[in-house]
Amino acid sequence: MNVELRDIHKIFAAVHANNGINLKIPAGVIQGILGENGAGKSTLMKILSGFYQPSQGQILLDDKPVIIRSPADATRQGVGMLHQDPLDFPSMRVIDNFLIGHPGELIPDRGQAAAQLEAIQQKLGFSLRPEAHVDTLTVGERQQLEILRLLWLGVRVLILDEPTTGISALQKEKLFAALRLLAQEGKTIIFVSHKLEDVEVLCHKVAVLRQGRLIGEMLPPFNITRLVEMMFEKVITLGNRRSCCRGEISFRLNALELEDARLHIPGVSLEVQGGEVIGLAGMEGSGQALFLRACAGLVRAVGGHISINEHDLTGKPYHTYLEHGIAYLPAARLEEGLAPGMTLTEHFLLAGEARGFNIDWEQGRKVAQERIADFNIRGTPASPIEALSGGNQQRALLALLKHPLNLILLEHPTRGLDIESSIYIWDKLKERCAEGAVILFISSDLEELLQYSDRLLVFFSGEVSSPLDAERTTVEHLGQFIGGKGWAA
Amino acid sequence: MDSATLLGLAGVLAAAAPVLFAVIGETITERAGVINLSVNGTILLSAMGGFAVAVNTGSLLLGFLAGALIGALVALVIAFSSITLQQSQVAVGFVLALVCRDLSYFLGNPYMGASGPRLPSAPIPLLGDLPLIGPLFFRQDLLTYLSYVLIFAAWAYIFKTRPGLMLQGIGERPAAAFARGADVNRLRYLYTVIGGAIIGIAGPAYSLSVKAGWKGTISGLDGIGWIALSITIFGGWNPLRAAFGAYLFALLQWLGLVLQPSLPGIPSQVLQVAPFPLMILTLLLVNIGNAEWVERALARLPENTRHALARLLRSLRAAPPAALGVPFEQE
Repeated sequence: MNVELRDIHKIFAAVHANNGINLKIPAGVIQGILGENGAGKSTLMKILSGFYQPSQGQILLDDKPVIIRSPADATRQGVGMLHQDPLDFPSMRVIDNFLIGHPGELIPDRGQAAAQLEAIQQKLGFSLRPEAHVDTLTVGERQQLEILRLLWLGVRVLILDEPTTGISALQKEKLFAALRLLAQEGKTIIFVSHKLEDVEVLCHKVAVLRQGRLIGEMLPPFNITRLVEMMFEKVITLGNRRSCCRGEISFRLNALELEDARLHIPGVSLEVQGGEVIGLAGMEGSGQALFLRACAGLVRAVGGHISINEHDLTGKPYHTYLEHGIAYLPAARLEEGLAPGMTLTEHFLLAGEARGFNIDWEQGRKVAQERIADFNIRGTPASPIEALSGGNQQRALLALLKHPLNLILLEHPTRGLDIESSIYIWDKLKERCAEGAVILFISSDLEELLQYSDRLLVFFSGEVSSPLDAERTTVEHLGQFIGGKGWAA
Repeated sequence: MDSATLLGLAGVLAAAAPVLFAVIGETITERAGVINLSVNGTILLSAMGGFAVAVNTGSLLLGFLAGALIGALVALVIAFSSITLQQSQVAVGFVLALVCRDLSYFLGNPYMGASGPRLPSAPIPLLGDLPLIGPLFFRQDLLTYLSYVLIFAAWAYIFKTRPGLMLQGIGERPAAAFARGADVNRLRYLYTVIGGAIIGIAGPAYSLSVKAGWKGTISGLDGIGWIALSITIFGGWNPLRAAFGAYLFALLQWLGLVLQPSLPGIPSQVLQVAPFPLMILTLLLVNIGNAEWVERALARLPENTRHALARLLRSLRAAPPAALGVPFEQE
């Protein structure tokens, strides 16, 4: 289906989120939409998929002007959207998710629906069990389910919003193969992302958005430097790898053995120098999250020892870990890391040293003001934390960390952030390393792992590799290792 | 089984019928994401109202319809304040529970102790003659039969039909249901009012059948609604499990009465109250799969046993509709 957007404007109260966007996407093309956070990508896609009405402008499908009234109306007209956080029903089964909203007779024929699910997924190389509960699936599998469902509804334009965030390298391969196949069949694929490397390997054509405007389009071969310049108005480089290793051992694990309901991690021994960064790689649920929580003192080890600066912390309560300068930043920022509903000032007051019974608001606001300036947070001391963007929430979390710290544990520190914010976050983290802190972080972004780690641990269903030297590891090698290839039996 | 026990058990089925109506009405409402906390007041007001209408018109049918109408109207107040005005469902429901109760005592004064019609027993010809099953299930009144049907109809609707799937959807994740074409707030109105009407039948089910008549504060109906609310929760928002809870409650109450003479050492108050904690205990056991330590304990078992047990526990597990009590705002 040919898609054409003509002079699309969208104005929210004070923000001109889309400003005169013109874009033509022929059938069979994988169109990349690039832009940093807040560039207007999501707004544009929500207009095309019926969530918003444009303030001005026209949408044409197969050269006919159309009005798309609602998401359901969009699906009827052949436009389906896969959201970054799949809009599905986690507590329900795959087959029920597949069926909800599909038109038909009063009592649906589950057997027939399952057969159709099977037929489509075989073509695309997916393997979902119809009876599985969606909350047992990974994000990648939930995306697959949404894609299958939209195709079953007869969608001919498929919009994907940041689909590679939070999925494994292997699932990304599967997704890309499926998208290429669909494009060959004449479907129109719109791939929204801020990840250049994904756009580079997948897309036939890229459009860059910045501050609500369409800056330009590019055909392959893509000039990455030029694309970055279009996205940010300036050239951004990742900078050189730098290591802050100090030589003396600061953090020590001795045959640490862990276990939860699904996984058993047999015994990890590791010696980390002050200032060193260790990346934890692996498909989601391979044990790295459990490992990190154990290092944070949130999960008790079954066997082995943990020590920091020669203090044995094995079996000690979480509080003791905090006293020894260990900080843990979970992936679910808003749920586990911050307190929604409270302002920045209140956060800094809560995290600060408690002095006296009464709150010193004056002091609190002063501290908040300083940290906001220090960490370049876009917000005011009175901003509620949930009103900040993801990148600013992550900066706030970093700003809340105490001084000094011996060990910082991070889960997906830059998930969902654009390159500029990511670089900023890592600059701040490297400052901590220079002060001697050890960093352990989980990421599913291979480039990030290789760029910022000194050494890597790869997790594969509870198995832990011996530490790899990040400088001598390639993306390909790491990807295969994460996928379970190259492990000694 | 002697005939006295059989008769007693048949009485348990009949006594559970009003609770069933209330529980299933509430289950449907909460599946849509709305909490109707007024159940206790609704039952009392519809019991009084249904009785008054039946006394004045001489029609049982009109009595029951009046009960359903009262339930639907109370539910409409909840729907309007929570969906349209986006006010707290808990606060509004709680106040309604109290207001309706007091209103029923006040308005019911003229009908205190009045004699009114009572739903007659209606044995089903052939089925009623079956041994054991006949006297147990099929020599009841029309309402009890209706309660059997309601359990299965509600279950089949929620889990087997397309609109039922969407009903689960709007309570689970309204944004996703909206993306799939549901008019979330309209459906919530609809199911809240329908659920309220079903809860409203529970009232006349008492005043025109199980505990016929209206005796004001000593009618013994105050509190049933709160029990119905907890059975809805422990029933995991599933009509079949909720029915199990309602029958269990009626059975425990009956046992309290039956055992009293044979256990003279135990104060009668203990036996009267015992059903409530016992109820909680049983339902906790049913929901044990939710606990993390159980999962941990399971991890040590051999693979096959673990899978079978895990599947059993998973099937027992129940989580509330994720968007229960959360208003839906379209972007």
